[in-house]
Amino acid sequence: MSDFSRNGSISDVQIYGLMAEFDSAQELVAAAHKTHEAGYQKIDAYSPFPIEGLAEAIGFHKNRVPLVVLLGGLVGGISAYALQYWVAVITYPTNIGGRPYHSWPSFIIVTFELTILFGGLSSAIGMIALNGLPMPYHPVFNVPEFAKASENKFFLVVESSDPKYDAGGTRSFLSGLAPRMIAEVPS
Amino acid sequence: MATNTQIPVADRRVPVIAPGHTFSTITEKISNIVLTRPISLGWILGFLIVFGMLNMLAGVLGYLFLKGVGIWGINIPVGWGFAIINFVWWIGIGHAGTLISAILALLRQTWRNSINRFAEAMTLFAVACAGTFPLAHMGRPWLAYWMFPYPNTMRYWPNFRSPLVWDVFAVSTYFTISLVFWFVGLIPDFATMRDRAESVWVQRIYGLLAMGWRGSARHWHRYETAYLLLAGLATPLVLSVHTVVSFDFAVGIVPGWHTTIFPPYFVAGAIYSGFAMVLCLAIPIRAIYGLQDFITIRHIENAAKVMLATGLIVAYGYAMEAFMGWYSGNQFDSFLLWNRLHGPYRFWYAALLACNIFIPQVLWLKKFRVSTGWLWLISFIVLVGMWLERFIIIVVSLSRDFLTSSWGMYYPTKWDWMTFLGTIGLFLTGMWLFVRILPMISIFEMRTLLPESQVHESAEVEQ
Repeated sequence: MSDFSRNGSISDVQIYGLMAEFDSAQELVAAAHKTHEAGYQKIDAYSPFPIEGLAEAIGFHKNRVPLVVLLGGLVGGISAYALQYWVAVITYPTNIGGRPYHSWPSFIIVTFELTILFGGLSSAIGMIALNGLPMPYHPVFNVPEFAKASENKFFLVVESSDPKYDAGGTRSFLSGLAPRMIAEVPS
Repeated sequence: MATNTQIPVADRRVPVIAPGHTFSTITEKISNIVLTRPISLGWILGFLIVFGMLNMLAGVLGYLFLKGVGIWGINIPVGWGFAIINFVWWIGIGHAGTLISAILALLRQTWRNSINRFAEAMTLFAVACAGTFPLAHMGRPWLAYWMFPYPNTMRYWPNFRSPLVWDVFAVSTYFTISLVFWFVGLIPDFATMRDRAESVWVQRIYGLLAMGWRGSARHWHRYETAYLLLAGLATPLVLSVHTVVSFDFAVGIVPGWHTTIFPPYFVAGAIYSGFAMVLCLAIPIRAIYGLQDFITIRHIENAAKVMLATGLIVAYGYAMEAFMGWYSGNQFDSFLLWNRLHGPYRFWYAALLACNIFIPQVLWLKKFRVSTGWLWLISFIVLVGMWLERFIIIVVSLSRDFLTSSWGMYYPTKWDWMTFLGTIGLFLTGMWLFVRILPMISIFEMRTLLPESQVHESAEVEQ
């Protein structure tokens, strides 16, 4: 049973990868570390809450959310100030109580608010987009046990597209991590 | 207290989550309120009442748009009346939600995890109520979009030096960011609801909202960064919103408004009334839905302490107003002080001092902080007091300003009161639906309160 290749014995079913289930966050982090150290790169870990150090354990460091927020905030702030300057000085200059057209202290508040607005929206939209969401279908949901990933179980998946992946070897490697169970993830 | 001296002080406090819970029990308890708990008769009766009030709001606003703002009690010295009183009151209430979700998140106050979700919901509904008033007060609400800068055939642009324009930006940003923050917080819980739903349609709806969230470590990593940045952005935002609201007053030259203490004192007052509303909602919800394990007496007591602290800042604000009335030597400012104490609205001012300053001092005693009944009553009194504060600020200052010939009394009409009650209906209808449709406590953040959620690098449990 455990001996088949990607286009081999289990005829039509394409395999997305192998999934191992764990009981605790501690076990998942340890297993993720070992899997990553063993040279697997296309791995992912799933948990019902954020776990400190888990992303590092699977070798994920590239987080562009802060950059997106910085750019969003800058765009918001600069465009807000530019709009106010253009309105108050160029296109619709009005004398309000003898104040200068370019009365910059009055423009700070709208600049500040739009910086926050654009920064906040880019934070949420950037996070969702970089995560590749909305994604209505994902192979991991094919494993019935995975429903507990949003409750109390912890999962580690090695994708079949990993260069080091081979059905038998990876399965026996994962068994060595003492998971509760191992399942094939149909793609 | 019969103490066991072995236990360190920190551990003797009531925990933020009752002992004996696991990831599963937390998930079940919170999600089952929405998924399996039958709808009770009490919920239906309550809903009919609050929904009735909401319909009254629709009717009253319809009549207002037909007849104009003349049906209200506003007149020429007092042009702002109930509309602005209620606007400021509601927007202040919203502030506690953002304070709990953003500022306490940055300060790593874990006790916020069980109250942030419904406090944020409270913020959204309160800001919606607040927004109703300036729109209704406009007289021609169908032209509300004129407040925003957009290219138009009149070749006309807003005056960005006006605090009223700042307010448009502050309040609309505040609502948007609160909504985004709330939604981002809900995404992982939508996934939990999707995975636990029995019926296909319920599953589809939560599934749609969860957008395919699967709890991947990469996703959580970006999620936590985004959440932290949102909290960091919302923190100055919440302080700015009531500051900008106070500029509506402080930039004007009316006696009692034109002071530099307004921004901090408005922000403190906002948080004061906001926490009072949080307690007014949390105490009954906790009892009805049996959430004492998650919203423990420690949460209740912490909220009471925040109320006491912000109440003292508000008291300092009142004291400074009175002091400056005397110290400035300005005849209009000292008259304002006299007028508050002895003028036609003196009973309202006395009630304000009692509700906001004197009665809440009992919170110094632990007995009142840990008794939910007393605390509910005190919170309600604070809500009334903060409403009276806005009444005093607006009506007393406007009704008697510089020229005696332009003085005039303000009396709210039945339409004013019905509009106010109507927005309470809007607020409560929102809360009523919220507790039955969405998980009212953040499930995934509660999970992180359990010791099992922490991973210790050194302790390698694997063989």
